[in-house]
Amino acid sequence: MIDPDVLRIETDLVVAALYQRYGLDFRQYSRASLERRLLGLVEKLHLQHVTDLIPRLLHEPGFVDRMVNGIAVNVTEPFRDPECFSAIRQHVFPVLRTYPYFKIWHAGCASGEEVYSMAILLKEAGLLDRAQIYATDINTDALARARDGIYPVESIARGEKNYLAAGGTGRLADYTLQQYGSARFDSSLRENMVFSQHNVVSDEVFGEMVLVMCRNVLIYFERELQNRVIDLFQRSLVHRGFIALGAKESLQHITGGAAFECLDRPARLYRAI
Amino acid sequence: MRYDAIAIGGSHGSFDVLLRTFGEFSGIELPPIFVAIHIPRGSAPDFVTHFNTRCGCRMLEVEDKQVPMNNSIYLAPGGYHALIERDRSLSLSSDGPVNHAQPSIDVLLESAALAYGNRLLAVLLTGASSDGAAGMERVHALGGTTIVQDPKTAKAPVMPQAAIDRFQPDYLVVPEMLAGTIISLAGETQE
Repeated sequence: MIDPDVLRIETDLVVAALYQRYGLDFRQYSRASLERRLLGLVEKLHLQHVTDLIPRLLHEPGFVDRMVNGIAVNVTEPFRDPECFSAIRQHVFPVLRTYPYFKIWHAGCASGEEVYSMAILLKEAGLLDRAQIYATDINTDALARARDGIYPVESIARGEKNYLAAGGTGRLADYTLQQYGSARFDSSLRENMVFSQHNVVSDEVFGEMVLVMCRNVLIYFERELQNRVIDLFQRSLVHRGFIALGAKESLQHITGGAAFECLDRPARLYRAI
Repeated sequence: MRYDAIAIGGSHGSFDVLLRTFGEFSGIELPPIFVAIHIPRGSAPDFVTHFNTRCGCRMLEVEDKQVPMNNSIYLAPGGYHALIERDRSLSLSSDGPVNHAQPSIDVLLESAALAYGNRLLAVLLTGASSDGAAGMERVHALGGTTIVQDPKTAKAPVMPQAAIDRFQPDYLVVPEMLAGTIISLAGETQE
C-alpha cells in the first residue's frame, strides 16, 4: 500500500528528473493532482513504484513525451461553460469589430473543442476571416487531436445545448462532417488557426493578443506559478485586452490581478485596465 | 478532536441521507467536512442553498486553494474533481471523469487519505456505481476510520457493497444512525 511520505519523495524525484534533464518544470504544479496522475501512469505501464518512471525517463528516447502527455491532461468539451462564450460575445466581440485583424490565444487548449467553439461564434458574427487563433498546449497528443478536430459524435450532440446557450444561431452538427461515429469540424473553421506546443510555465510571451483564453489551467498550479502565468498573459495582451478563465478560477488572489477589471464574474471574463 | 477532517461520498439516494444527517449537526463542534456526490456541472450553488436552508448548516462550494475550517461543509462542484493537498488546502482539477463521474468520490477520498492519514473519518453512502470503494480502501489502509451505509438500507446498494467487498469497514450504519455515529466519533459539544 502507498506510504504518503514515500510518495511525496518519489514525486519530488520524478519532478527533479523532468526539470534537470528536460527543463520541464512541474515543481509548482499542485501536488495532489500530480501524484494522482503519476500513480495512474505507474498503473498503466504496469510499474511498481513512481520512481520506476525515472530510469525510463532518463534512458528511454521519447519516453518524456509519453510522460508529459500522461500527466498534463485536461479534458474539455464543445462550448464548455456556455456563459463564458456568451459573455465573450457580449463584451469582446464589439471590440473585435473595431480591429481589421486580431489575434486570440487559447493557452492550454487541451483537445481543442473550445477553439472550434470560438471559431464558430466568430464565424456567426462575421469576424472569423479577421481572426488569427493560436491554440497551444504542452501536451502533444492533445494538440494533435485539436489539430485534427475530430471528436466522437456524442460529444457534438452533447454540445448542442451549450452551443445554443452560448448564443449560437444554427446547429453545432452543421459545422461537422459526420461518419462512422466521428465528427470532424469543417476545415473552413481551421483556416485561421495555428496549433503549436507551448509551455506557459517556461515559454515566452505570445504577442499582441486581444483575448487570452486560459481555462482550467491555473487550478493545476500553485499560487506563485499562477502569478507568473498571469504576468505572462498580461505581457501578451494588447492595451485593454481580455482574459477568460475557467469557471472555478479567478484573478482575485493573484498578484497583478489588480491590473484587470472583472466584466462578468460567473463567466470569469476580465479586461486589462 | 480525534479527527482533523470528515470526507463523505455518495450518489443515487444520498441526497436525502445527507439532508437528514446535516440537520442534526447544529450545536456540535466538528472538523471540516468534504462532500463528493455525483451532481451535474453548474448545480453546486443550488445544492448549497438547499442544504443551508434545510439543515441550517454552513455549506460552501469547494474553491481552489481554499483552507478548510471547522464546522463547515465543502461540496465538490459538478464538472470538477475536488482534492485535498498535503498542506490540507483544497484544490480542483478537470482531468475528465473517473469512474464516469466528475466529481469522483475516489479522487476526493484517495487524496484526503494521503493528507490526513489516521486523522480522517470517511463515509460512503448509497449509490449505483462502485465509485468511492477504492478511495475507502485507501482511507482504511492509511489508518483512517471508515463508515459505510448498510447496503440493505441503501436506495442503490452497489456503492456501499463495492466497498464492503474490498475491505471490512469499521462501522456499518443505517441512515438514522449516521449523524449520531459521526458526532460520537468526531464531534464535541460547542461551548
